[in-house]
Amino acid sequence: MTDAIVLKYEISPDDFTRAGEASSDVKGKLKQMRVAPEAIRKVAIAMYEGEINMVIHAKGGEITVEITPEQIRMILADVGPGIPDVELAMKAGYSTAPDEVRNLGFGAGMGLPNMKKYTDTMEIETELGVGTTITMTVNL
Amino acid sequence: MTVKELLDSGRFGVVNIGDRTEREITTPFCCDLLSIAMGRAPEGCAWVTVMGNMNTLAVATLADAACIILAEGALLDEVAEKKAKDQEITVLKTEEPIFDAALWIYQQLHG
Repeated sequence: MTDAIVLKYEISPDDFTRAGEASSDVKGKLKQMRVAPEAIRKVAIAMYEGEINMVIHAKGGEITVEITPEQIRMILADVGPGIPDVELAMKAGYSTAPDEVRNLGFGAGMGLPNMKKYTDTMEIETELGVGTTITMTVNL
Repeated sequence: MTVKELLDSGRFGVVNIGDRTEREITTPFCCDLLSIAMGRAPEGCAWVTVMGNMNTLAVATLADAACIILAEGALLDEVAEKKAKDQEITVLKTEEPIFDAALWIYQQLHG
């Protein structure tokens, strides 16, 4: 197997003006690598939703993106409050986002469902008071 | 219809002219909830919305919209306008309602 190309990003908490920068950077790099446009779109959408979640709910965190010829794997790790009920959180329309987030046009409870929809695999590891790690892959 | 043809039509005011104006517009898309737009905006769409913040631009870029049309007199704030320039995103504006703006684009695409 070829060595993976690894990209790492620090996500700042509560900074909505910068949310999306990591996803945009990954999108640009995948374009340069001539990855198929549909795969790029999936990665960009899934990662941006994750990034927004980290800004809204967690105190930021770190995103690692591993790129191989077979797949793109995104690992989003935060040290936030954890998700009390993952099944409920996965339900489209369920949201715990505060009002100021809703005023920006987010917080409609579509984040996790969108992430699942646009990726080939998605795993959530979460512990209350410790944090959440979401691992998603998009096949190439 | 390409983004350039849309710009040249003079139908909408110009906030910023981005890159790739030769792109074909695939369809109009109407949505103000960014969470929905993120998952549903079709690639290459002309996205008609009243949401003019930084995150609108991020969603447009990541969902690969061809351009944004701000309807009902909505505007980008100063920071967002700078970002549109930096990221080379085409943004147009109109006083018209969302439906009218989108309908006009639909009619151009479908005769």
